[in-house]
Amino acid sequence: MDDKLAGQAAKLASQAQELASNLRGVAQQITDQAALNVAGLPDGHMPFVALLTIFALACFVGYYVVWRVTPALHSPLMAVTNAVSSVIIVGALLAAGLKGLGAAQLFGAIAVALAAVNIFGGFIVTHRMLSMFKKKQPVKK
Amino acid sequence: MTQDLAAYGYLIAAIFFIMSLRGLSSPETARGGNLFGIVGMVIAIGVTVLTPGVVSPWLIVAGLLVGGSVGTVVALRIQMTALPQLVAAFHSLVGLAAVFVAAAAFVSPDAFGLGAPGKIKTASLIEMGLGTAIGAVTFTGSIVAFAKLQGLVSGAPLIFRGQHLLNALLGVALVALLVWFAMRGHPAAFILLIVLSLLLGFLLILPIGGADMPVVVSMLNSYSGWAAAGIGFTLSNTALIVTGALVGASGAILSYIMCKGMNRSIFNVILGGFGTDAAGAAAAAGKNDRPVKAGSAEDAAFLMQNAGSVIIVPGYGMAVAQAQHALREMSDLLKKSGVTVRYAIHPVAGRMPGHMNVLLAEANVPYDEVFELDDINRDFASTDVAFVIGANDVTNPAAKTDPQSAIYGMPILEVDRAQTVLFVKRGMSSGYAGVENELFFRDNTMMLFADAKAMCDAIVKALSGSSH
Repeated sequence: MDDKLAGQAAKLASQAQELASNLRGVAQQITDQAALNVAGLPDGHMPFVALLTIFALACFVGYYVVWRVTPALHSPLMAVTNAVSSVIIVGALLAAGLKGLGAAQLFGAIAVALAAVNIFGGFIVTHRMLSMFKKKQPVKK
Repeated sequence: MTQDLAAYGYLIAAIFFIMSLRGLSSPETARGGNLFGIVGMVIAIGVTVLTPGVVSPWLIVAGLLVGGSVGTVVALRIQMTALPQLVAAFHSLVGLAAVFVAAAAFVSPDAFGLGAPGKIKTASLIEMGLGTAIGAVTFTGSIVAFAKLQGLVSGAPLIFRGQHLLNALLGVALVALLVWFAMRGHPAAFILLIVLSLLLGFLLILPIGGADMPVVVSMLNSYSGWAAAGIGFTLSNTALIVTGALVGASGAILSYIMCKGMNRSIFNVILGGFGTDAAGAAAAAGKNDRPVKAGSAEDAAFLMQNAGSVIIVPGYGMAVAQAQHALREMSDLLKKSGVTVRYAIHPVAGRMPGHMNVLLAEANVPYDEVFELDDINRDFASTDVAFVIGANDVTNPAAKTDPQSAIYGMPILEVDRAQTVLFVKRGMSSGYAGVENELFFRDNTMMLFADAKAMCDAIVKALSGSSH
């Protein structure tokens, strides 16, 4: 009698365990599904419309900021925008920093070098230009 | 560093880049602006290197070392007159880098979170394709611009029959390829896309004449920005998108300003061929024997020393003759004898936007003596002497009076309103636009026939001779 009861209890317990694990599986599926519905994207990626929003707003920021640049500094502006647009190096770094040595790593390394020329060259030449712009010295009599 | 944290880092970098451009609104804050740019770049690179995906630093270190040292050496050695070439060359590198990044993303998309190789999503393929195409066009276009500015190829527009038709067909083919690539993601489509874009870049810039290069360089500046933004979409990287948009807008605005300075539409410039037919016609018509008044360095020195105010109008010819230092010496002597000296700069005076300002700054001309067209044009009427050196078309009154003229409608510096106009020129040839300058024949104009530098040196000699 006791044995029978103990057996039933054990069976029940195992069933409960099974149910719990099933539930956990379902819950996991639901969270996965929810995550996919929200983003539908892998880690770190944003929905296209969010990126487009950032892009559109940045265009406006650029428009207003650049119109405020004094015409005398248009050459430095060009040099510095050139340096800054080499932030494309972040994509190159991701590829060059991969494990192993394949096409992606090679392309990445080349792009890192190209962008680095621009970054160093662009900022240095901008600095050289800007350090030449001096105000009028008080007239020496 | 997690992806979330990295995203914050990119946001900060983007803000620094905006601050960097903001700093250029005045020469006082400009150096700080450059520093902001450097800090933003360090943050962007640092954040990326610390993400878990980057495991092997060797290629990165090698790339940074090689590229960094080349960039540093070039930037330190370059002459300021060669600035436009340098910037064009730099643009080409951004374009090429964009192509390589896209290629890396295409061969191992898993590293960029774009899915398995061969199974990249359509949206990512479109962004990737666009970034690649714009990058490749920027690359070859900038190389042509560089070659023209450097004098490696003739600055003359290269025109052949059916050119625009060919470019249009190439453009259509490019769009078709882009669609094919986006639908299938086939490697062949990717390679074809690159090849076709490279070709188009060459063909687009070839027909554009050397003196239109300010517009071209600005335009390519804009392209390099759009290419970066395109790659930013692929990588879902906000720093790249924001920066790309900033640079794209900046280049576009500069192109607009340059076009306005020449009173030409951007399409007119892009379609090219300017300065060929007109120049030929004018060369034939320019042979007339109207009298001009020629003067010597001593005459010029005398006139300017006894003037109350002098406005100097430098043009690219001044830079070619390397006369800026002699010119500054001349104005120093004039200032010493109590003459007010200012410089008037036309938007298209140099070979890139703001080029002339840099050249004058290099010769130690204080920036508060240098004025833009709109700020100084009214003052010519109350000025005793306008000293035009190496400029021609930008002073030609025909731009205001003669609707038949090739330069009609172009904003000019109204030197003809000054009491006396001194024109330093080697001969009577017409300017780039091939239009004869009516000013040469006016009563209040004195031509100083000489090389710009030789004339400045001679005037300096005459000035210091008379004051001792």
